Amino acid sequence: MKGLTDWINDRLPFRELAREHLTEYFAPKNFNIWYVFGSLALLVLVIQIVSGYFLLIHYQPNEDAAFDSIQTIMFDVKWGWVLRYTHTTGASMFFIVVYLHMFRGLMYGSYKKPRELLWIIGFIIYLTLMAEAYLGYVLPFGNMSFWGGKVITSIIEAVPFVGDWLVTLARGGFGIGTATLNRFMGMHVILVPLLLIALVAVHILALHKVGSNNPDGIEIKEHKGSDGKPLDGIPFHPYYTVKDIFGTCVFLTVFCAIMLYAPTVHGLFIELANYTPANPLNTPPDITPAWYLSPFYAMLRSIPNKIGGIAALGLAWILPFFLPWLDRNPVKSVRYRPVYRIMLVILALSLLVLGWIGMQPATPAMLLPGRIFLALYFLFFFALPVVSRLEPTKEVPQRVNMS
Amino acid sequence: MRYAVALIALWAMTSAAAHAQEARVSLQTPHYSFDRQTLLRGAKEFVDRCQTCHTLKYLRYSRVGEDLGLKESQVKKMLMVPANAEYHGAMLNTMPAKDAARWFGVSPPDLTLVARYRGTDWLYTYLKSFYRDPSRPSGWNNRVFPHVAMPDVLAMAGGQRDKEGKLVKAGSLSPKQYDRLVSDLTAWLQYTSDPSKVQRMALGPWVIAFLLVLSVLAYLLKKDYWRAVH
Repeated sequence: MKGLTDWINDRLPFRELAREHLTEYFAPKNFNIWYVFGSLALLVLVIQIVSGYFLLIHYQPNEDAAFDSIQTIMFDVKWGWVLRYTHTTGASMFFIVVYLHMFRGLMYGSYKKPRELLWIIGFIIYLTLMAEAYLGYVLPFGNMSFWGGKVITSIIEAVPFVGDWLVTLARGGFGIGTATLNRFMGMHVILVPLLLIALVAVHILALHKVGSNNPDGIEIKEHKGSDGKPLDGIPFHPYYTVKDIFGTCVFLTVFCAIMLYAPTVHGLFIELANYTPANPLNTPPDITPAWYLSPFYAMLRSIPNKIGGIAALGLAWILPFFLPWLDRNPVKSVRYRPVYRIMLVILALSLLVLGWIGMQPATPAMLLPGRIFLALYFLFFFALPVVSRLEPTKEVPQRVNMS
Repeated sequence: MRYAVALIALWAMTSAAAHAQEARVSLQTPHYSFDRQTLLRGAKEFVDRCQTCHTLKYLRYSRVGEDLGLKESQVKKMLMVPANAEYHGAMLNTMPAKDAARWFGVSPPDLTLVARYRGTDWLYTYLKSFYRDPSRPSGWNNRVFPHVAMPDVLAMAGGQRDKEGKLVKAGSLSPKQYDRLVSDLTAWLQYTSDPSKVQRMALGPWVIAFLLVLSVLAYLLKKDYWRAVH
């Protein structure tokens, strides 16, 4: 056995890899519950790929057969409902863990030097994930799939000069049909997942180059023992693998409880209007996207001018890329930044309210609150350069707190 | 006869137009326990009262037999009423779709997923919201779904009501029995919209219990390892 592993290791450096990324990757010992969501996001990615593969076996990317093929999975395929509900629950859980993971990064200043690139790659992953989710949403070809497909692709029309041509290209024709489903399936199943996997690999590589941040926002590499290892660091394996196994078990309990007892979550995880086949002659009274895209849909709608709405949405997605440089304060963690803490609460609140507004019917009464909370979202980014320079901070400890 | 068919066709066409402007009526919630007995009663009522016109095209008789614990012979006797029904085939209606489309203008919709699409509250309230309306060709109208093509097929059981909801002609069932009939039908359609619910409910406690035990073990393992850190 030893001979065989030696033989392989001489040709493939798996021992070095395991050492570098697991047994001798030193992570701060004060990680709290917020640090479990990165591993969980990876877990959900695997769940989605596996369940998606089995769904693909039975799915028909054809306007006349797509909706029925989903029902075949639900009614006739043995354990087909497990596949589909796992995939639909997984889609929403993906966003839940990613949102919590991102909020963790915001709380403890994980986007700051030297982790700027890590944050940027992460945000690209998030945007890619939204594209992946949207593409998958169209595939069952229920009526909401159809109209969602139509409304979102029509945004491309706003591109000057070549907009109409681009929309036709994206849809594979003038309408949403078999050609659209084929295109979307190709992207949903091959292109975007491959991109996601590559980005996740780069994200982890970048993380292991700079090392993990922690709830105190201090660099453990600055205090090393005589053996050259960080005093406040512990090897990722076994300490965090065993902790993440516990987190995984709890997560799977929640996951399965949703999947088994309330897979649609009252129309949040699976929209009930999508239980009727695509019908170009029957527009649903309220076309709303899935909950995880809802805040951005609210931003789009809060400006009743197509170009203006798209500009607001674009800005909302571009600003986070500059966060590492908008924040001028060297103190990382929210624990030592009381003013930043308030700003973060307002940011989270405005996104939650925008999410709620995005799910309401588009009435004029929603216009003003939509704009107010959109403004609050922008205010976070625009006020940060000033606030971060002037805000009072508490004294940051030299070594991490175990609390 | 010809006159009646023409009238029905005309009425169905206008009803399709009215479809878009459904009234928003406050919906009532049915009370039933989602169990085998309820579903068996609902299945029987559906087959007897609804399946002449409506289909359950995604649901096979064999699946119903499996889920409700019926033998093939029982399914055949209880549920397989249409002459051409096959045990492994879907629960289709007896009325040919072509004729139905000619008679009603629109063919009666497939009901497999209706409980998901409309919601059980809507279904229950809709079935109880018919009233006599002489201005309609069928003589029926509905508060939840105005100008609907469907007449009140349950009126024989539940009685006939006028626009104000007053009973004008009593049915064969008491109000309580009638309420149970409508609730059973709603439960049945909830089942057909997602038959996996039967399996999910049976599997649920075991899966959750297993994962909880696993979580406890994982926690103890973590605690043991982390003793070295604290």
